[in-house]
Parts: sequence; C-alpha cells; structure tokens
Amino acid sequence: MSADVASLEPEARPLLEVEHLVVEHHLPGGARVHAVSDVSLTLQRGETLGLVGESGCGKSSIARSILMLRPPNSGSVRLNGEELVGIGPARLRELRSQMLIIFQDPISSLNPRRTVRSIVAEGLVIQGRPLPHKELVDQTLRDVGLDPDAVGGRRPHELSGGQCQRVAIARALVLQPALLVCDEAVSALDVSVRAQILNLLEDLRERLGLTLLFISHDLAVVNAVSDRVAIMYLGKICELAPVDAIYGDPQHPYTHGLLEAIPQPDPDIPLAPLELVGETASPIDPPSGCRFRTRCPRAEALCAADEPLLRPLTDGHYVACHFPGPTHSFSMIQTGTTGDDSTGA
Amino acid sequence: MSPLLQLRGVSTWFETPAGAVRAVDDVDLTLVAGRSLGLVGESGSGKSVLSRTIMRLLPPNAKVSGEVIFEGRNLLSLPRREARRLWGAEISMVFQDPMTSLNPVVRVGRQLTESMRLHLDITRREAQRQAQDLLAQLGIPEPGRRMRGYPHELSGGMRQRVSIAAALACSPQILIADEPTTALDVTIQRQILDLLGRLRADRGMAMMLITHDLGVVAGRTDDLAVMYGGRIVESGPTKVLFRTPRHPYTAALLASLPRIGARKHARLETIPGLPPTVIDPRGCCFAPRCQYATTECQQEEPMLGEPDESGQRFACFHPIDAVTSVTAGAGGEQ
Repeated sequence: MSADVASLEPEARPLLEVEHLVVEHHLPGGARVHAVSDVSLTLQRGETLGLVGESGCGKSSIARSILMLRPPNSGSVRLNGEELVGIGPARLRELRSQMLIIFQDPISSLNPRRTVRSIVAEGLVIQGRPLPHKELVDQTLRDVGLDPDAVGGRRPHELSGGQCQRVAIARALVLQPALLVCDEAVSALDVSVRAQILNLLEDLRERLGLTLLFISHDLAVVNAVSDRVAIMYLGKICELAPVDAIYGDPQHPYTHGLLEAIPQPDPDIPLAPLELVGETASPIDPPSGCRFRTRCPRAEALCAADEPLLRPLTDGHYVACHFPGPTHSFSMIQTGTTGDDSTGA
Repeated sequence: MSPLLQLRGVSTWFETPAGAVRAVDDVDLTLVAGRSLGLVGESGSGKSVLSRTIMRLLPPNAKVSGEVIFEGRNLLSLPRREARRLWGAEISMVFQDPMTSLNPVVRVGRQLTESMRLHLDITRREAQRQAQDLLAQLGIPEPGRRMRGYPHELSGGMRQRVSIAAALACSPQILIADEPTTALDVTIQRQILDLLGRLRADRGMAMMLITHDLGVVAGRTDDLAVMYGGRIVESGPTKVLFRTPRHPYTAALLASLPRIGARKHARLETIPGLPPTVIDPRGCCFAPRCQYATTECQQEEPMLGEPDESGQRFACFHPIDAVTSVTAGAGGEQ
C-alpha cells in the first residue's frame, strides 16, 4: 500500500495524524467523485503544512473531513492520538474547540445579523465556558488587530473584507485551538490587505504555538508561511517535502508545471515554456495508473499500468512518480532561491 | 508609436444616495498600435469601470465626461448606431467570467459567426469555416464538434478560449481583456496568457490587459498603468515601473507581494489602513496610507507629471528617491 508517512516522521507524537483518508461524493445518477483517494499526512505541533492544488484536487475535501464536517468514507484521523472517525457527537463537540477552520469568503462565513462581539463569543457559549465572556472576546479582538470598542457592536456588512477575515480569525482563536485550518483564507483579499492578514497569522502562530494546515492554490503565499508543503493532484498527494525542497528542488513533474505557471511579479524573469499540457482529468473517472499521466511530459507506458506510490526520495522528501527528477528548464526557480538552502530541514 | 486609442480626462461617476461615487477620476491614457498595456489596481480602484466606460457598457445611473478618441472620433459621443460598427469589429472585449459572457442557450458556433456575419460581408458557410479555423488556432480539440455544442459542455479554460475566439472573430485592432484569467487555475491561466500573447504578436493587435495581479502583467505587457482610487497614480514602461517605482503606492504594492524563494516565515511589507472610499475625495487619495504624506498631500491633488526620459509618469509630491529633497518645501500651503 502507500507509504506509511506517519511512521517515518520524527519520534514525538504529531498533533494530527491522517491515514489512508478516502472521501467520495455521490452525484445524481450514481456516479462517484473520488475527491480524496488514500491520503496520509501528519502535522507536528507548531508546524505549518501548506496544501496546494488546483480546483477539484480535493484539498478542501481533506480539510472538511479532518474536521469531521464531512466524515471520510474510510481512513483514520487522529488528533492528539484520539481517533475522530466514528467518534460520538458529544465528544466531537468537545473536541471541536481544539480544531477550527477559517474559510475563503469572510463575509458569507459570518452571520450577517449578529454583532462582531456575539459572533466571536458564540463558540464560548456553545462550549459552556464560564461567563462573562466580554473581556476574553475583547482581548481576542485586540489580538487580531481590531479595536473592540469601534467594531464590537457592528455587523459584518459594516466591515471591510479584511476586517471580516480578522473577525473570523478571532472567532477561531478565542477557543484557543491547537489546530487551525485555513481554507483559502487569504484568496479573496486584495494584495495590500492579504499581506496584513498573512503577517497576522504568522504573529499568532509564533505567539500561541498554533499548528496550521494552510490550504491554498497560491504557491507564492504557501511559500511564505509553510514549513512543509504537500502538492495535490486529483485526490492524491504527488509530492510532500520541506518548503525549500519543494520550491528549490521539485521532483514531481506536476510540481514543476505549477511552479512554471506562477505569474512572477518580475519582468526580468524569462517565461519558461510551459511543459504541462491539457487540463485536469475528470475526478469521476480518473486515468488508470498515475492520475497525472494525461498531462505529463515524462509519461510512459509504465505510468498507465502502475500507480506510483508516495515514497521517500531523501529525508522528508516524498514523491509519487516513476520518473522523479529536476528539470532543465528551471532557471527561474534557481535564481529565486539562491542562498536559501541553509534553512532546509 | 502612433496612438491608437486615446483617453483624455475621462471621469465616470455614479449618483448614489450617499453622494456621487467617483469611480474613474480624470484619466489620461494612451494605447499604442501593436503594443500591450497593463492596467493594475486593487478592487475598487476603478480599472473595470474604466474598461466599461471605453466600451460604453455602464449601467444607466453612470455619468461620464471626457473623451475616448479612436481614429479621430470620440467613442463616448458617437451615436450608438455608429459605435456598434466598431464594437466587435475594431474594439473587442474579453471578460473575467466566460460563463456569463457567453450565451448559455446558443450554440458555440453561432456565437462566433454572429459578429462575423454582421461586420464582415461573408456567407454563413465562410463564417463557419473561419470560426472553426479560429477555434483550432486557439487550441480547442475537435473544433467542428465544439461548434455544434453549448458553452456548459466546456471546461472553464475551454470556455475562456471560446470567448477569446468570439472577441477575435473579426480581427479587431484593439482587445480589452478584463481579468481574463482570474477565474482559472494557475496552469490554465498560464496557457491562456501565452495564447493571448501569441495571438497579439501574430495579429499586431493592441491589447489592454486589466488585472489585480502584478505577476500577470510583469512579463507580458510593454507598458503599465497603476490605478488607485479611480486615478492613474503611475504609468510607464512595465520594466521601468517594476524596477524603479516612483509612486509610494506602486512601491508598497510590489513590496507586499509574497515571492517564490523568500525566506521561510519572513514577514511581508504591508500597506497600513484600508483602500479609499471614492466619495468626495480630497487631496491625494493615497495620503491616508502613505508614509511620506504631508499636509500638502491632504490638501492638494497631485497631477500625473510629464513623462521623464524613460517614459515614466507619476502623480506624487514626494516620489520615492526624491523624498528628502522635496520635504523642505512641503507643508507651507494651508
């Protein structure tokens, strides 16, 4: 079966262990979408794992099933060693305060009829935390850079997108979670506001020792916040490595393609020809063998016959490819990372 | 370097109960034949309203002043009947969301041939042949079959290719692309941008590429204009603006981008505060967020200066590099 990633990690017990996770969605007419197919990953305490992929690759399905918002079809999810799959609703509710999520659209994820203070306090009420909540709520609002006296009594529509995202972060942090899942949390924000929110998340992570699962389609943003990065394609992880290895020494042809495709904000970086052809295959009827082979410049007969498993290439660098390796047309990444290798794990 | 499309003092505002919202404020802009111009700005900067002003696609409560000159005629005051001869034939537009810009109940083929039959004096059969060639050029597999299908049968990337084909069907001189790849995945975005670049070069077409993403315009446009609060705050050759931004907003925007290869967990530069409201603006609209702002900036609106030898223009009293020398004279005007 696929490589047992958990057993290869450092000795300390990880905060989150996901093993052989499978999520399938049923479509009308009986077809099934294989959103997540046999994914295993771990998160160490205080670590940020970036999860990258294009739309439909299953990254949001992973987030939702880790949090049991949509329990997986099979597989195991352990938080602090405690199995979450099949857990009773009462215990799950207790554990919910340990693992929280921030969504992409801050405005639609906040109740429009409630004030900022009551939105942030709601988790405390549900968890039955002792009253009064006001002081804790106000302190948390200050922690995310909002003035509780100015915005505490307002409703979401009176705030900007960036302020709403701060409220969503405060709502999660007030419960002092161990794990924070950010599902495209900065994708809807303008550049100048996005930088503010990314810095805020970094400050909070450092101060509170948060563990982050950071899901994004934006490789530049993931580069800025992650310790390790997992690249997903059609429901599977195709490469998982420390951030410097992913960007400096990518091995999977899909990772190469993604990095080549990033629009770089520097007119002096030459546009390398894109090796990646075509579009993502259907998750309803994924290709045999390697799911990426229909777009892969390196695909051979073996790739259609045999599915490549995620296996360690070097310490901590996992690749699911029969023909992993660097590519020659990679000058732009090399210029971007010179001198950065010292930070590698 | 002949100007193909010239915007002179273009302003667009909307009457609202809260007052007039000035979405585009006194914009001068020139699109040169065969060149590509990037127009960047954050949401609310007025970049999309500007493109819709050029195409006269504004809602009825919009008011417009100024001139948009194309081949000696002002597009804003041209009678609709005459303007219609230019839209699609000489000036075309590609929108962000191809699902809403294509008609869902009309076959792909007819959406392509409609404007050809209208503008080019050709037979249905000839139009169909040309449309099929165009789809093939745009990398659409089985173009003949696709012509008989409907937009919903296509993926997002393929739909955008079709809407680009529809825009190019009559070989326009100018293509305005408003966030053409924002709704697409990064690998598909790359394919579409490469395609637009290739078609533009092959046809010698001028293109205005409107985007919020500085990465999209960096390697793909000759010139660049940066919008903020409805105004153009800086313009010039793309390479010059990226290398030596003079306006503090352009510089701050570039510094706030996360970059590939940056140090792990490094903090980004930020721009404090929020984007401006464009109701009753006074002074420089960036002044409240600008670290170099003085009283002068709050009182008086800086105009876009004359281009320097590299072609760069900026609207700022205290541009980067010149800050120290200018501050002495500031603050005196009350």
